[in-house]
Amino acid sequence: MSADANTCQSNVSSGTERRLNMIEAINEALDVSMQRDDDVVVMGEDVGYFGGVFRCTAGLQEKYGKTRVFDTPINECGIIAVAVGMGAYGLRPVPEIQFADYIYPGLDQLISEAARLRYRSAAEYIAPMTVRSPFGGGIFGGQTHSQSPEAIFTHVSGLKTVIPATPYDAKGLLISCIEDNDPVIFFEPKRIYNGPFSGYYDKPVQPWKKFDASVVPEGYYKIPLGKARQVTEGEQLTILAYGTMVHVVEAVCKEKGVQADILDLRTLVPLDIEAIEASVERTGRCLIVHEATRTSGFGAELSALVTERCFYHLEAPVERVTGFDTPYPHSLEWAYFPGPVRIGEAIDKILKD
Amino acid sequence: MAERPEGSAAEGDNRPKLSLHVPEPKFRPGDTVDFSHINVPEAGSMARPDETCDPSEMRDMAFGLVRVLGEDNQAHGAWNPKLDPDTLRKMLGHMAMTRAFDERMFRGQRQGKTSFYMKCTGEEATSVSASMALAADDMVFPSYRQQGILIQRGYPMIEMINQIYSNKGDKLKGRQLPIMYSSREHSFFTISGNLATQTPQAVGWAMASAMKGDSRIAATWVGEGSTAEGDFHSACTFATVYNAPVILNIINNQWAISSFSGFAGAERTTFAARALGYGLAGLRVDGNDALACYAAERWAANRARANAGPTLIEFFTYRAEGHSTSDDPTGYRSAQERTEWPLGDPVTRLKDHLIAIGEWDEDRQEKMDLEAAEHVKKVTKEAEANGILGHGLHHPFRTMFEDVFEELPWHLKEQSKQAIREREIKFPGGLDQ
Repeated sequence: MSADANTCQSNVSSGTERRLNMIEAINEALDVSMQRDDDVVVMGEDVGYFGGVFRCTAGLQEKYGKTRVFDTPINECGIIAVAVGMGAYGLRPVPEIQFADYIYPGLDQLISEAARLRYRSAAEYIAPMTVRSPFGGGIFGGQTHSQSPEAIFTHVSGLKTVIPATPYDAKGLLISCIEDNDPVIFFEPKRIYNGPFSGYYDKPVQPWKKFDASVVPEGYYKIPLGKARQVTEGEQLTILAYGTMVHVVEAVCKEKGVQADILDLRTLVPLDIEAIEASVERTGRCLIVHEATRTSGFGAELSALVTERCFYHLEAPVERVTGFDTPYPHSLEWAYFPGPVRIGEAIDKILKD
Repeated sequence: MAERPEGSAAEGDNRPKLSLHVPEPKFRPGDTVDFSHINVPEAGSMARPDETCDPSEMRDMAFGLVRVLGEDNQAHGAWNPKLDPDTLRKMLGHMAMTRAFDERMFRGQRQGKTSFYMKCTGEEATSVSASMALAADDMVFPSYRQQGILIQRGYPMIEMINQIYSNKGDKLKGRQLPIMYSSREHSFFTISGNLATQTPQAVGWAMASAMKGDSRIAATWVGEGSTAEGDFHSACTFATVYNAPVILNIINNQWAISSFSGFAGAERTTFAARALGYGLAGLRVDGNDALACYAAERWAANRARANAGPTLIEFFTYRAEGHSTSDDPTGYRSAQERTEWPLGDPVTRLKDHLIAIGEWDEDRQEKMDLEAAEHVKKVTKEAEANGILGHGLHHPFRTMFEDVFEELPWHLKEQSKQAIREREIKFPGGLDQ
């Protein structure tokens, strides 16, 4: 578990700290990385002059020039493939896939190429790339701008999958990913780009600046991959979550007055299994929450691991709360989303058993 | 059947019926082969455009055929690279060595020494001569039939055989299917096995070289069948968009396992003509003419190095043998194709040229072939000391888990322990592996 456990509790402020939203934090991670290493290059659809559809690359082309920050054809296969070639040359590419839903044309290049280069060449060639991509729903994106495809990538040997849940983490994790010598999928939960999410879509978004996790130090710092973040401590149950859902479960627990040990996994591969085991052994109950579809989702892996490794500590069956096994519907987005009702029900069930 | 719009095939409809065209090769097993439909222009008849010219000025190159060696075994025309006899003999030597290597490795597979092999018989010029036209540190992203590049670049043959045998000497630790070589030292990218993936990667490497103000260029090889992959479109698009210093070599050997080139669109146009839609320079070249192969690749290399842009080259050739050791070509094509192929054999043509210019003779050729076979035989023996596939002399079990990531994460450490435990159960008291 990370020592710098940086929680999202509000109402703590000292006035002089810099507070950034997640977009600004990601932008700063790219800036810091490009400043430190000439081999870091950023590319993707609309990332150059325009600065990205979510503004994550704003100002970078102006600062670092067109050969280090550039727009690409609308061709995700090509974006990943040229990043593989650039990595073989010695660069450290950070391609952006505009929406995680668009990543599928690049899958062969990710799964068969980037993820396998080190292995198949006995480390003669590596793919030190970080593929950034906004993912998840809650912005009325419909079925092609809302998906959470992380389990596709965690299933692939040779890929790391990282998902930040706060601006502080987003910056520190992204810098770690860029410096990592293995290919990393960095999914940015776009629902919480501007502020954490309670799960109540009809309430106004609270901007990040109201929360401590938006305090982002200037300059260079890293958060190691494979270390979970303790969000809250509690004895009643363990909740494993990542991305947007970290904030939803935190809000639900607060509302219900449940004392939960909430772990923000931050990195799915490599996973912080020690933190998970330690927590479940203490609480004896485990709830897993993700927004992605249920069947073969990453929750299934987590559930299996917890059952295999903590079975004799469990006092109730492991529960999963997930999105439904349907495409993400546009008008019924909030019926799909694993919101407070679904999470609350699961908590009640797991505590009752 | 899925629901269709009402009336689409209804009785009484007077609209003409549509019909689907499924390509069919001209000749199947047992057929008499007649290749007279293939247009073979005179050697030396094609003009040689300036290396920095605009692609629009050379559109006809995509439909012609650059040929240097004529029926008279002499070199002709503007594309004659005018190589000195020593270089020509070297080229012939690499091609002969490649052929000897193929013969031996194919036999090794039949003898059960490995699982798989792929010959490049008839296509040697497209790798050896093309490779000679590049600088030794230009980065190549080959497909699976370019062993001639490694032989030309002086990669130790024993490393190739160790890899083919997946033995304990294999630098790739026995992880890859035979012939999927890799040598960073020889600027030879790790071969994938998935098709056409290397083409946009080569473009990316070339883009990086340009971004860094380097002088090295990239070249990639892909079969005509694999040009149907989306990756090839990605490669052409990125190459043209960024004017990348890259050469896209298409080896049109007429066959993709049992599917003829018609399934990649050859019934409609040439593969070189793919260049036109992208605004790339396109060349169509006699792939069995070693001098034409060299000249075309050098033209493209000079163009790339001058920042004048990428080139797409179609090498028109013929896959004289099966796709691999896993298919029998007599089951899907006429055996006469090989003997009737109008562009001859690349090794024979280069040999005949050297003889015609008084720089070679049949005795020397025979001696060279013999020496090549002996050399391969000797190196094969050396490699066999490191083991052959499936006979125990492989890399230690723990190496299976290395290089998935730079560092071993906990789950792979656990699985590694499991593999070693299984080995101890299967082979009690065995080596510590």
